[in-house]
Amino acid sequence: MKNSVFLGALTAAGLTAGVAGAATLDDVKERGTLNCGVTTGLVGFAAPDANGEWGGFDVGVCRAVAAAVLGDPTAVEFVPTTGKTRFTALASGEIDMLARNTTWTFSRDVDLKFEFVGVNYYDGQGFMVPKALGVSSATELDGATVCIQTGTTTELNLADYFRNNNMEYTPVPIETNAEAQQQYLAGACDVYTTDASGLAATRAAFESPGDHVVLPEIISKEPLGPLVRHGDNDWGDIVRWTLNALIAAEEYGITSANIDEMSASGNPEVKRILGSEGDLGAMLGLDAEWAKRAIGAGGNYGELFAKNIGESTPIGLSRGLNAQWTEGGLLYAPPFR
Amino acid sequence: MADTHAHSVRFVRETMLPQQEPPAAERGAVKWMRQNLFSNLRNSIFTLIAIYCVYWLVTSLYPWFANGIWDAPSIRACREILEGDVGGCFAVLTERWNQLLFGFQYPSELYWRPTLAFLLLFIAIAPVLFRKVFPAQMLIFTALYPFIAYYLIWGGSILVPVMALLGFVAGYMVYARLVTQSFAMGFFGGIIAAFVVWWLTGLVGESTFLALEPVASRNMGGFMLNLMLGTVCVSLSIPFGIALALGRQSSMPIIKWICVIFIEFVRGVPLITLLFVASVVLAYFLPPGANFDLFVRVVIMITMFASAYIAEVIRGALAALPKGQYEAADSLGLDYPQAMRLIILPQALKISIPGIVNVAVGLFKDTTLVSIISMFDLVGMIRGPILASTEWNGVYWELLGFAALLFFVVCFGISKYSQWLEKELATDHR
Repeated sequence: MKNSVFLGALTAAGLTAGVAGAATLDDVKERGTLNCGVTTGLVGFAAPDANGEWGGFDVGVCRAVAAAVLGDPTAVEFVPTTGKTRFTALASGEIDMLARNTTWTFSRDVDLKFEFVGVNYYDGQGFMVPKALGVSSATELDGATVCIQTGTTTELNLADYFRNNNMEYTPVPIETNAEAQQQYLAGACDVYTTDASGLAATRAAFESPGDHVVLPEIISKEPLGPLVRHGDNDWGDIVRWTLNALIAAEEYGITSANIDEMSASGNPEVKRILGSEGDLGAMLGLDAEWAKRAIGAGGNYGELFAKNIGESTPIGLSRGLNAQWTEGGLLYAPPFR
Repeated sequence: MADTHAHSVRFVRETMLPQQEPPAAERGAVKWMRQNLFSNLRNSIFTLIAIYCVYWLVTSLYPWFANGIWDAPSIRACREILEGDVGGCFAVLTERWNQLLFGFQYPSELYWRPTLAFLLLFIAIAPVLFRKVFPAQMLIFTALYPFIAYYLIWGGSILVPVMALLGFVAGYMVYARLVTQSFAMGFFGGIIAAFVVWWLTGLVGESTFLALEPVASRNMGGFMLNLMLGTVCVSLSIPFGIALALGRQSSMPIIKWICVIFIEFVRGVPLITLLFVASVVLAYFLPPGANFDLFVRVVIMITMFASAYIAEVIRGALAALPKGQYEAADSLGLDYPQAMRLIILPQALKISIPGIVNVAVGLFKDTTLVSIISMFDLVGMIRGPILASTEWNGVYWELLGFAALLFFVVCFGISKYSQWLEKELATDHR
């Protein structure tokens, strides 16, 4: 594009298109920034604040990877993607990794030629009802009217669940989450169903969140995780083990506050993670303190969770399935050795 | 006769009475209301219903505005302040106005640059829109405006827009010299000359001469992006549309079929598909490492789309002209470009004003579609970052009402202007 200064200048700062070479790590280091695909906005997971700074749970993963690879958690170029553009952006090399509450499914992993490096949030479809309805379990919902987004997997899950439990329901089809909020509050339906994290965020936006309850039943599996392209396993390893380091850090009690003490005095596993023992970093093609920086960027998994979507935030999600395996959850980082 | 009266009648008026006002029921507001609102039973009933509707609207909307909260950190704080009263949470506008207007990534200390470009836009289009009011010399500024605006909004070295301008100047000079021999020669000669100049100046390389801080186009957003896309695409698509319309009328089969296929193809595809092609598919086609700005890609696609529609509008106008006009031009010995420029197009464009304005207004509103390819225009900003922030999740009416207001102001302005222009150009005796 250098044949004309006009087009050349217009395009110089544009998006990098075209499939990047195999060595994503080298590209990222040369560029000096990590191109991380995020959502255009999802409460608690990724959204820019009033100053234009991105924040959120998915954003935390991007920043951790940037800190591990480049040593700077702010060296991230956030590329907002919609549900329709996210996979092309990753496949074409426009972004190095995608951390956009994307459900890990067989066809995405195999057919679309992506590699899910792990799960950073176990979501699932849930139900929200007004407290006044006096329902405490989804099995009591026989005959209910249900607000449901059309054309989504939630619609199919709902039909399956009610049929399995021999219950009847009347669907109220709606198009967007915003419409769902209005319909549900206006009493057009008894129940609103979508992903549990979405329910929590929706409920948090209500005028009186206390009047509504999210029922305990979760009727589908939605493991959300970051993903990379097929074909560069070294890069996939870096993202996978950065995520694992965040999870392991919580398990071993490494926080952004005590990270320096832990690297000096922790147990051998902690020392291996933080790079004061062993050479795990070199195996990844990084320096020894990669995980230390990743954890220091925004804290361990638990800190990220508490800060962005946890019970002290307006969204108020409980850990549930996303607790450590030692506390009855599903988070289980493989050993660092 | 006068004498007899003088004796038989006690009083004779000798001066005229001053004119009296009509009876109260036949003048002023009362008369107007009787005529227009209560002229018969049916009208009276409808009037009363309408008054009730207006009353209901005002009384339900007024508290929403009057109790509106303009200063609060989040929607929950708004609700605490309101304590259950009806009231808008306009604090979102006061906190995020800059993001709504400029997008969330444009550096805030540089807001003066797009603002200045916006103000200069009025100076630039004034002589085009009101030819009789403003001196023709102002058109020079209009011609320079795209380069000034590019420099202000994107920043970078001033050499870039200057070189681009030089290319156009060189192209025009070659065109002016060759067009006396043949229009086609002048046209293609001009294009080649422009590209030669751009290629030569491209060899100079990067420079920081008089550089403003550069801003990448992916950092632009908000209503600014809508205005930029709208202005650029409308002003580009009118000349392209004219060319396509003339091409479709052409007697040369290749040109004619190229134009027909282009128009029919583009009109047969939804705009959203073209935008997806721009953002997604082109990334596969372009060679690895090629940088092709998303903004330019979107401009190309929207311009293609709008020019196909404008071409059809103008073709309708061309068809509406009596055949005698074409023959008159021929009989004066004018060649094709002259005939078009002097006789046909001035009449055809006048007929097609309402249609073109219709396309322009539609196009301007269609620029909000770019939000689905993750560009943060006004609607994209609202749907994405602002509604997704924990502070403002759930504020719908205030934000979308603000967006509607901005769009209404612009579209209503365009529509009023076109009505004025139609009257101004009306030379027939209807």
